[in-house]
Amino acid sequence: MHQDTLAGLARRLAAREFSSVELTRALLDRAQSLGKTLNAYITLDEERSLAQAAAADARIARGEASPLTGIPIAHKDLFCADGWRTTCGSKMLANWISPYDAHVISRFNDIGAVLLGKANMDEFAMGSSNENSHFGPVRNPWEVSRVPGGSSGGSAAIVAARLAPAATGTDTGGSIRQPAAFTGVSGLRPTYGRVSRYGMVAFASSLDQGGPLARTAEDLALMLNVMAGFDPRDSTSVDRPAEDFSARLNAPLEGLRIGLPKEYFSAALSQDVATAILAAIEAYKKLGATVVEVSLPNQHLCVPAYYVLAPAEASSNLARYDGVRYGHRASEYSDLLDMYKKSRAEGLGAEVKRRILVGTYVLSHGYYDAYYLQAQKVRRLIANDFKAAFAQCDVIMGPVAPSVAFPLGSKTTDPVQMYLEDLYTISVNLAGLPGMSIPCGFGAAGMPVGLQIIGPWFEEARMLNVAHRFQQVTDWHSKVPPGVDA
Amino acid sequence: MSLTDADVRRIAHLARLAVSDTEVEAARGQLNGIFDMVEALRAVDTTGIEPMAHAVEMGQRLRDDAVTAPDLRDKYQAAAPAVEDGLYLVPKVIE
Amino acid sequence: MTWEVVIGLETHTQLSTRSKIFSGASTAFGAAPNTQASAVDLALPGVLPVLNREAVACAIKFGLAVGATIAPRSIFARKNYFYPDLPKGYQISQYELPVVAGGGLKIRVGENEKFIHLTRAHLEEDAGKSLHEGFTDVSGIDLNRAGTPLLEIVTEPDMRSAAEAVAYAKALHTLVVWLGICDGNMQEGSFRCDANVSVRRKGDEKLGTRCEIKNVNSFRFLERAIEYEIRRQIELIEDGGTVVQETRLYDADRDETRSMRSKEDAMDYRYFPDPDLLPLMISEEWIANIRKEMPELPDAKQARFQSEYSLSAYDAATLTASKAVADYYERVLAKFRSEPKLAANWVTGDLSAALNRHELEIGASPVSAAALAGLLKRIADGTLSGKMAKDVFDAMWNGEGDADAIIDQRGLKQMSDSGAIEAIVDQVLAANPKSVEEFRAGKEKAFNALVGQVMKASQGKANPAQVNEVLKRKLAAGT
Repeated sequence: MHQDTLAGLARRLAAREFSSVELTRALLDRAQSLGKTLNAYITLDEERSLAQAAAADARIARGEASPLTGIPIAHKDLFCADGWRTTCGSKMLANWISPYDAHVISRFNDIGAVLLGKANMDEFAMGSSNENSHFGPVRNPWEVSRVPGGSSGGSAAIVAARLAPAATGTDTGGSIRQPAAFTGVSGLRPTYGRVSRYGMVAFASSLDQGGPLARTAEDLALMLNVMAGFDPRDSTSVDRPAEDFSARLNAPLEGLRIGLPKEYFSAALSQDVATAILAAIEAYKKLGATVVEVSLPNQHLCVPAYYVLAPAEASSNLARYDGVRYGHRASEYSDLLDMYKKSRAEGLGAEVKRRILVGTYVLSHGYYDAYYLQAQKVRRLIANDFKAAFAQCDVIMGPVAPSVAFPLGSKTTDPVQMYLEDLYTISVNLAGLPGMSIPCGFGAAGMPVGLQIIGPWFEEARMLNVAHRFQQVTDWHSKVPPGVDA
Repeated sequence: MSLTDADVRRIAHLARLAVSDTEVEAARGQLNGIFDMVEALRAVDTTGIEPMAHAVEMGQRLRDDAVTAPDLRDKYQAAAPAVEDGLYLVPKVIE
Repeated sequence: MTWEVVIGLETHTQLSTRSKIFSGASTAFGAAPNTQASAVDLALPGVLPVLNREAVACAIKFGLAVGATIAPRSIFARKNYFYPDLPKGYQISQYELPVVAGGGLKIRVGENEKFIHLTRAHLEEDAGKSLHEGFTDVSGIDLNRAGTPLLEIVTEPDMRSAAEAVAYAKALHTLVVWLGICDGNMQEGSFRCDANVSVRRKGDEKLGTRCEIKNVNSFRFLERAIEYEIRRQIELIEDGGTVVQETRLYDADRDETRSMRSKEDAMDYRYFPDPDLLPLMISEEWIANIRKEMPELPDAKQARFQSEYSLSAYDAATLTASKAVADYYERVLAKFRSEPKLAANWVTGDLSAALNRHELEIGASPVSAAALAGLLKRIADGTLSGKMAKDVFDAMWNGEGDADAIIDQRGLKQMSDSGAIEAIVDQVLAANPKSVEEFRAGKEKAFNALVGQVMKASQGKANPAQVNEVLKRKLAAGT
């Protein structure tokens, strides 16, 4: 069962080939074996998952099923789920049981999907390798000595290793697309405002967006149909008419104008990745697309702007972890100030603290204008670059990451080297655009390469169509990691 | 720009993070590395550019003035490190 | 050496909304600790704020009332600091672009009128409360108040004495209660003033170093706190010291201000636009709709009372000191329109005195506006004399019924039977030949004495107008 895609499983569940309980049981068993090897999950709760599966089976029997009823889904461990431990990969919340459901979780509950488990992640979604989790690093199913990418590394590994047909993730600077690329799965970061952030623990509020990881574009569309939608509890949620993201998957690509930003194909991009990307572009030409060169002249400022804005927001968003109402409190302290400082120092990991310090600094008196405000202005320039580019093309394509998945520990000593991993993904977040990664080949050490597809605001349906057509003529997305029984 | 140990201590205090002497030194080096990278921003001419604080161009949506939140104190306080008679307890607050 | 005092006030008014500014929790006062602290108020991981429309409407009302500019676009910012009563580690407030800018309030101190300019008014959320009583080494945190909507109203440093500051605070208090945007309950903290006080030598251009005084929860304390602070600063400077800019807490028990240790930290609030909240857009249309529903403001009402009801400036001012009093007065007039001055006298006189005696607000008056109008009708139509009316009023206050019922019950009806009055007049004239003689000799006073005798003989029940008429006729007839 586990080999099948989300769409396939949905069809077979509806046809009563097997029950949701059987499917859930099988996937829980895989989570206990291969899942443990990869350290993909932080929390499993078999009893709860199986109860949901039984309820889904009853619903299917009553004929009240929708496409994802009874499908087990893994959720990144920053989506709050009532009664579930929700840790954000942090010691700070290692024992925190959420008393409420995130909007995304409610949407899955409403259609009778099964919460299979909470996926490992970089602490508070800060990281590009999933090495920043309090619960240990996640391993790449293609090669366990390599990272799966981050911060949605658990989600990506789960989908790649066929531990679940799909998973949720969040993408603040590339945290869905980069791990999708590193593990050979498909991932979509929707337009900012498309998926409610309510109950999705914040890293950087103006950049965070939840989205799905799955094996195919078709599956991503099914997931997005559940996740997207207006939520009055999120002031930045965009109120748009409901869309069926599956409807236009098969539309022809004749006349599609693909923009290739010249800035993307520079010395920073490793040759193996470039080769795979350019081969994918050739495949698109065969599908009827035309290619135009576009320019994103401020591309080189993305990483600097991001590493001012995201830490600034994070420093404030993470101030609530003070050991007063929930979360870790130091066991010994002399007074209130000492309690704050020790609780936070003990409860938060090195990378999170580093970003809090950076963010605190850029917002502090005397530095705000030079750093924070300037970064916001540069952010506008970057968004404007995309507006101009989309006047010339329908989608932009390029690499997701400068190289394939790297070995664990190889970039942990120099934060800046790690930050440069996000070189090609960050601009999407700054501009609030939708972006995808789909498998498009293999590079060094036989590791997967992802093709990034960037669309104009709210053009997810078109992007999914573009991705789906590619997956109809290629089979990169159905390659199975060597250690994973197909 | 180059941060000193005193700068690191000051922002760690503002952020309420305890830092040891060795942590201050390590953080200083890393933060300076990050700020070297960020320095590229300062050379950009942004005259007349409106700062972009949000990724969506729309006004704030408002909600009706209605009491919709039930009392879930017991559920919420189950996670609290220290409570007494419905109050969260902290080391004495000095005003 | 003469000193000039410079005072600016920052007032936090709790807005009278049902729910909090960013959450659906109740704002009702006095609930058990933390029972009105929702997931949003507690800053649980993942929660988000959504702004209460009514809080914005309150700010617009206030802005219109003080002639300020309502910003078509304003921004919510985060003010970052750690405190146990501040669950998010930041307060959502407005910083660079507040919702209300400019405007001002007229105040009166003695005979002098003065206009106090407002700098701004902005929306923000209140913090929770730290409780210390009953604990030794710890404090208890109650977050029921966290997220209550506040409008912080900031003046220019326009006030020059504690008296002016108090006059401003009172005028502002009247206005926000008048507008219905704040309940004005100072004991419950609905209206809290912080005073920025500095002194400078007369003639100096430059402002002195200011101290901010917090924790003043009555007008009396505001006056005393400022006066103490003025003395402290002057003495300090005269002794060769310098004033340090700081936040000071007023201690009412000791009647002094003292430095707040918790604020010693040089504050660096790291304000930045809240990424969870988009710009607050206020349309012309929304403002116009609120303008249509604005109540008549104190100054306008006072002017109208003078012109429409021919009241003196003093009466009109007294009647418009609060909206409740003005409304009561106009409800009386709705049933009794013939003598607005008589109604004014009763509302500002006997009614007001009785309310003060019993420490009641006019809304809680046992004598309703309609009931008072019933009494006034009986005075106007001559049924009751002034003296009798006071007795009837007391009876009404004690719940003995309406004016007519009490008049019947007590047989208080004024004597209007002309035959009976003539008989008494005849008796009095016969018994007071001296007064009659004096009157005929041109002494007007003698007439009044005769009237008095007739009233006395009738035990106060004779209708004075009728007595006058009969007496004049009989004296003229020479009988």
